[in-house]
Amino acid sequence: MAEPKNKFIGRSVPRLEDRPLLTGRGRFAADVNFPGQWAMRVVRSPVAHGRLRGIDAAAALAMDGVHAVWTFADVAHLPPIPFRLTGLVELEPYRQHVLASEYVRYVGEPVAVVFAADAYIAEDAAEAVELDIEPLKPVMKATDEPGPFDESKRTEPSVIVKSYGDVEAAFRQADSIVTLELAVGRHSGVPLETRGAIGFYNEALGRLEMHGAAKVPHWNRDTIGRMLGRTRDDFQLFEGHVGGGFGIRGEIYPEDVIVCAAALHFKKPIKWIEDRREHLIAANHSRQQTHRIRAAIDRKGRILAIDDEFFHDNGAYMRTHAATVPDLAAAMLPGPYRVPAYRATGHIRLTNKTPCGTYRAPGRYESTFVRERLIDAIAANVGVNKVEIRKRNLLPQSAMPYALNLDTLGTHIVYDSGDYALLLDKALERAGWAKLQKEIAKRRANGEKVGAGVAMFVEKSGLGPFDDVRLEIKADGGIELVTGAASVGQGIETAMAQICAETLGVDYATINVVHGQTDRIGRGLGAFASRVTVMTGEATRRASERLRSKALTLAAELMQADPEQLDIVDGEIVREGGAGPSMKLSDLAKAKPGELIAEDSFESKHMVYPYGVHVAAVRVDAETGAVAIEKYVMAYDVGRAVNPTLVEGQIAGGLAQGIGGALYEEFLYDEGGEPLSVTFADYLMPTAREVPPSSILITEDAPSPLNPLGLKGAGEGGTNPVGAAIASAIDDALQRPGAIVSLPVTPQRLRAICAKT
Amino acid sequence: MKPAPFVRHVPRSLDEALKILAEVAGDDGRILAGGQSLVPIMAFRLAKPAHLVDINEVEGLDKIADDGQTLTIGARVRHAAFHKPVTANPLGALLAYVARHIAHYPIRMRGTFCGSLAHADPSSEWCLTAATLDAVMIAKSVKGIREIKAASFFDGIMSTHLKEDELLAEVRLPLLPADAKFGFYEFSRRAGDFAMSASLVTYRLDGGKMTDARVGLGGAEASPRRIAEAEAQLNGKAPGDAAFRAAGEAASAAIEPLEDHQTDAAYRRDLVKVVVRRALEHSLK
Repeated sequence: MAEPKNKFIGRSVPRLEDRPLLTGRGRFAADVNFPGQWAMRVVRSPVAHGRLRGIDAAAALAMDGVHAVWTFADVAHLPPIPFRLTGLVELEPYRQHVLASEYVRYVGEPVAVVFAADAYIAEDAAEAVELDIEPLKPVMKATDEPGPFDESKRTEPSVIVKSYGDVEAAFRQADSIVTLELAVGRHSGVPLETRGAIGFYNEALGRLEMHGAAKVPHWNRDTIGRMLGRTRDDFQLFEGHVGGGFGIRGEIYPEDVIVCAAALHFKKPIKWIEDRREHLIAANHSRQQTHRIRAAIDRKGRILAIDDEFFHDNGAYMRTHAATVPDLAAAMLPGPYRVPAYRATGHIRLTNKTPCGTYRAPGRYESTFVRERLIDAIAANVGVNKVEIRKRNLLPQSAMPYALNLDTLGTHIVYDSGDYALLLDKALERAGWAKLQKEIAKRRANGEKVGAGVAMFVEKSGLGPFDDVRLEIKADGGIELVTGAASVGQGIETAMAQICAETLGVDYATINVVHGQTDRIGRGLGAFASRVTVMTGEATRRASERLRSKALTLAAELMQADPEQLDIVDGEIVREGGAGPSMKLSDLAKAKPGELIAEDSFESKHMVYPYGVHVAAVRVDAETGAVAIEKYVMAYDVGRAVNPTLVEGQIAGGLAQGIGGALYEEFLYDEGGEPLSVTFADYLMPTAREVPPSSILITEDAPSPLNPLGLKGAGEGGTNPVGAAIASAIDDALQRPGAIVSLPVTPQRLRAICAKT
Repeated sequence: MKPAPFVRHVPRSLDEALKILAEVAGDDGRILAGGQSLVPIMAFRLAKPAHLVDINEVEGLDKIADDGQTLTIGARVRHAAFHKPVTANPLGALLAYVARHIAHYPIRMRGTFCGSLAHADPSSEWCLTAATLDAVMIAKSVKGIREIKAASFFDGIMSTHLKEDELLAEVRLPLLPADAKFGFYEFSRRAGDFAMSASLVTYRLDGGKMTDARVGLGGAEASPRRIAEAEAQLNGKAPGDAAFRAAGEAASAAIEPLEDHQTDAAYRRDLVKVVVRRALEHSLK
């Protein structure tokens, strides 16, 4: 087959999805309305831990416009929300019911819901619902000794152990042992669109619908359907525009199930839109871990073994992600280095805080911080610089593919390809490392506290096990691509259209990508784990190949030609060499109605592993504890960038979130379990003024051997090592290796470090 | 985050506004000006006023007047009105510099100078300005007019000595001497956040020595105020590192710092030292 003449893969073509978003015609969850809808408001526990003795809804029910109030008794028939990933059996008793029954376990836990004529009345009524709660002592620290969580549950439901090699022997033989205790603060993805769900029972079709779906519509359809006793034929989910996902949006939460159950029960459309205060206490938190790590090293600073024990603060329940975050932290901690023996012991701990889930680079933001702090500490121990110590420990390109001897997400970790040392060199060159060092030395001599840091990481992406794509060329020449993937704003429509266009031989703008609609395709895995470009991308390429050959076969009959001698260029079937008559694909579609359809799948048992290097330069204001990021360079090898601008967008946005976790964002609680970060005045997201200009280097030195285009996912590399890189730079600015042991580095904390001499 | 029910009144004249305010004052009536603090507080249901007297349609409240002695700022003058100096007197430049530190541009387009004072957030830049410059507040009600000095206007965190039927109709700021110098510095977590500590200073030079020094401090205590102990370290001294440091130390020692969950008293006390000194250093730029 001839190479397609239309090149779309690798070009930064404009996003197809932008027009409605830029012209104010986006349709987000809150924009969905049905005639006669009821507004739902959740009554949430004001107490971190307590026994729920009674609920008095009489005053609320007496208010004008209030239709109903539900408590646990009304949803007692619903099972707890199931696990989607890493669902260890021993965690099952810790799943969350959609409304609290006997106990409340965090401030914000849904206890009752009010259904009313509008959102204002619903909120008035929710305030009038009286809760009788006997307060109990809350558990607030995951590092405390494990104990009872209630009569039947423990604060430590499970311990994850991942290991290989002879760790004990390595420590016996070590020239030196480096030990650290490190902590990452509780923060999370905070999409600017809060959650929302609209349940609608379509009487004409006998069909229950949920609008406002995101991320994993098919899994949610099947799972909520099972909870409600619906089949996949009479329950459908619909994704509209989604204002940010980041791992936390689109998972099944209590509110999603309740709107569906209520729509079914009352036969009324039920609309729930989360407000910001609710979001900050009710949607998944993430990240909070404390690690006690030690490394056995030789006298050159080469790692002989790593032994890490960590405490994962999961909040009050195990939600859909179950053990995913601590599992990934344990599995991905070794990163790009040769670690001959390894052991991670992850204690999953419950506390009376908001339950946790994944957040962009889950487990890796945490373990990269820990590992890279450890590498810096090893450098200090043996007296070499932070670049040299990394070079001494990096896995060489010749080691690829590299089996780590660890599992996660049901897959064996095998780094598929990579040249880590090459990317380190490229990143340092982009950052002007040598010049930067000279400038820093000069400014430091003038009394400025400036410094530079480096962090390296291996990401994972392209989680299988499958994805399907269905393509059809319509009679008007338009091409429809239907996938079970989802859009959380990352540009899936454009990227899939580019792959399809190049493979098929058409303009990418003629392709209409349909996603997130469970009634349009039988199955799909959605958008998470940086999987879409790899999995849906390869399924798209395959379906496009299939459609291309079908089109050429059908055209060959009509054009009285050999299909081998035909090509498709810009939507037109031409003879090779361009001689003789040609035929438009749309004319072929008209001539063969319903025939230009192709479907294909991509199945994969292994993830693919992009990798990156971040370089940060900071200035510390030692008198106030403020940190200014003066330079930030991100190098990321994504195998092959389908659309470099979209990849850069992913990386730049990821950086902002990484900076949030490094310097600003933190969910704080008081000793009684009262959340203290419940508004955007308390939970500080970095704004345009706090996010510095950055330099992004996308490389394609290590295409994945696991798919023909060499694709790797690009969603999480901007976030993964930011805490690590900034901590390294602050240490350098202070000229105190190991000064930073916890994130976020707030001014008060850094001032205390600076004041300590 | 939907507010509790309330009645919005839209008077067209000051007399009408005061009359309505007198009627609803006892029933938790509040003035609505720019709404940049009140409306979010209502959305969180931390405030549930039954009545809002919206003064956005009242004629004549948006005036700024300079009579050669005093700058008079009406109840509906927005923060953004100060982006450019409103008077050639050094006060104009001072207000323009301070205004840029208030929250974010959209908030400055809507929020009002007098509203900030009536709201009395400890971190408010305008409250600090009023306290530092000894502003006079003009409170009007159906009963008449009261003049309240800044030093006796604030009554702790988000509280003032305004009576519930009084509208803060205008604020009078004394013009600065033509040779006055000023400096301002604030420290916050992010651009536009509530300052964890802020300082505004003014002084004149007489034979190379500072005189008439004013050191205002905001965000550090329940209400912004002048710190006499710091001013004493400046008057009669040459401007420079020694005097500025001494003033910072004196301010730091003189205060009762606020504490919140992000900031303990020790950090704030430490910060005040730096903030006062940097405000003074700014006066030399």
